[in-house]
Amino acid sequence: MTTITYRQALNSTLGEELERDPKVLLMGEEIGIFQGSYRITEGLLQRFGPKRVVDAPIAEEGFVGVAIGAAMLGLRPVVEIMTINFILVAIDQVVNHASKIHYMFGGQVRVPLVIRTPSGGTGQLAATHSQSFENWFAYCPGLKVVAPATPYDAKGLLRAAIRDDDPVIFIESLALYDTKGEVPDEDFVVPIGVAEVKRAGHDVTVVAYSRMTAVALQVAQRLAEEGISVEVVDLRSLRPLDRPTIIASVKKTNRAVVIAEDWYSYGVTAELAATIQEDAFDYLDAPVQRVAGLEVPLPYAKDLSAAAKPSAQSLINAIHRVLHGTRNNHG
Amino acid sequence: MTKPALDNHTALSAAQVAELRHYYYQMVLMRRFEERTNEMYVKAKIGGYCHLNLGEEATIVGLMAALKPEDYIFTNYREHGYILARGVAPGPIMAELFGRETGVSGGRGGSMHLFDVSKGFMGGYAIVGGQVPLAVGAAYALRYQEQPGVVVAQMGDASTNIGAFYESLNLAKLWKCPVLFFIVNNGYGMGSTVEMGSSEPDLWKKGASFRVHGEQVDGTDVLAVRDAVRRLRDHAEATGEPAILDVVSFRFRGHSVIDADRYRDAEEVRQGREQHDPLRHYATWLQDHALADDAWFATLAEQVEREVQEAIDFANAGPDPKIEDIFTYMYASPVPNTPGPEAARRLL
Repeated sequence: MTTITYRQALNSTLGEELERDPKVLLMGEEIGIFQGSYRITEGLLQRFGPKRVVDAPIAEEGFVGVAIGAAMLGLRPVVEIMTINFILVAIDQVVNHASKIHYMFGGQVRVPLVIRTPSGGTGQLAATHSQSFENWFAYCPGLKVVAPATPYDAKGLLRAAIRDDDPVIFIESLALYDTKGEVPDEDFVVPIGVAEVKRAGHDVTVVAYSRMTAVALQVAQRLAEEGISVEVVDLRSLRPLDRPTIIASVKKTNRAVVIAEDWYSYGVTAELAATIQEDAFDYLDAPVQRVAGLEVPLPYAKDLSAAAKPSAQSLINAIHRVLHGTRNNHG
Repeated sequence: MTKPALDNHTALSAAQVAELRHYYYQMVLMRRFEERTNEMYVKAKIGGYCHLNLGEEATIVGLMAALKPEDYIFTNYREHGYILARGVAPGPIMAELFGRETGVSGGRGGSMHLFDVSKGFMGGYAIVGGQVPLAVGAAYALRYQEQPGVVVAQMGDASTNIGAFYESLNLAKLWKCPVLFFIVNNGYGMGSTVEMGSSEPDLWKKGASFRVHGEQVDGTDVLAVRDAVRRLRDHAEATGEPAILDVVSFRFRGHSVIDADRYRDAEEVRQGREQHDPLRHYATWLQDHALADDAWFATLAEQVEREVQEAIDFANAGPDPKIEDIFTYMYASPVPNTPGPEAARRLL
């Protein structure tokens, strides 16, 4: 085991996969000479050259489409979209093409493509650079969507995604890039579509993914000191969604809080709450509590920005509500 | 319209004669296939949207005559004729239109999503312009793997107005992708004209800002299309340089089967069909050069009639895809927590 950052986990995995399979190539804006906006691809151009690490012009629709077409002929492109906000100009290629090509053409070709992109808000990046759109992709059959929270999962899921024959949207988080964790030295993968109980507990289940899993684990630690035992289910994959793991946890704790950074209405928490009431209704001692972003374009000012995003405190409040039976007063 | 001179046709080999006749056969097959498709649509054998290639026979046969087996083709949703001329049997194509398991896409695609990877026919795509970056990507993969061949990005005149086309021109030129942007220019989007949508109506000039070579050809002349494609194709393969071919033709009918075509002047359409019918032109040319006679045309017509009927019979006989198989093809790499055969059986 070695302790590394989430960024190092991604960087080393990309290097290892480029080494392992000559059909793997990286493509994205400023990933080569500039070494990546968030330095995830640092050093890779120097190691592998411009054929394997391709600097793309600002043309997301174009180069995402190119990556899909190249994947149809057997290459395994790993595309970086600088932030998920920029993928909207390429969404036609992802949703109308990548997700459908295998099914719609009767299984004749595969699209082994990974699109890596950081999602969510941090550091006063304001309205257009702080959004969470992973639910848009998780909504779409034919895609796989993963969102690791730890260096271990980042490495294991990125390996799985690159070796998978379907299009995978790989969600990262700016706030997680410098977080550290232990990672095995040997080759391992984390299976796509399988959640993990990151912390066992018996009073309440918190379901989270990506940065919110990190928040949930901190909260669980704090509440343990107050005598509240929190179980944290880390989804790791949004599509496929590991409903059995969520349901098993809720049946055990009888209470659930679901948290995600995206907007409240029609967001990931809506799907999670619906899943729990469908399959564990009789086990619930209180209504499922949802914690999500306020429904505003994220304001720039520091206090407003912080107030609009879910936080450790908003999660603690929700846990107290679900434990004491008070209703969510979400407006 | 100029026709290539054929001064020394007496010197043509039997194989060359057979090839020139084969073009006509393919054009007639396409014409009858589409006319009968129209009939099957009216009889509700075919659902959804259905766009026909009537009037575009020379464009399509000329293109396919110039391509090689190692080439790939991405098209828009008006693609029955393309997959037919690429050499896919008419039966499985008609079966796809009928939504049968025996269709080229297993009944999952329909008229707008025909596909046959074994022939390098990489799909009909129904989001206008969406297929263009994919074609560049396929060409990118050919170069990456140092394989021979080129990729055709077939598209309509109106799709030259979407951003994906311009990003594709830029990337193809920057990254040396051997792509032929094959613009089927029949003068109309659905009801709006080229001039209404393009500030540069000379579509072959649209690559200028990207230093992509472009030219125009008469799309009703099968030999002219073949020769232009052959030249641009070979150049693209040798150099990795993309090119635009603006192929001008006349649309015989409305945009789709259900379009009554009221926005075009009836007289203009009647005259257009008269003057720009590629089959009539080519039949005359074959006769003028003594490459075919009345008996040959008559025999061919009978043969095509039979083949198209057999395709319809094949489509009719094919089974519908089973409800149990609704999730088949969802994912190429199986993963947990996805619906499978058991979930499908619950639908029954």
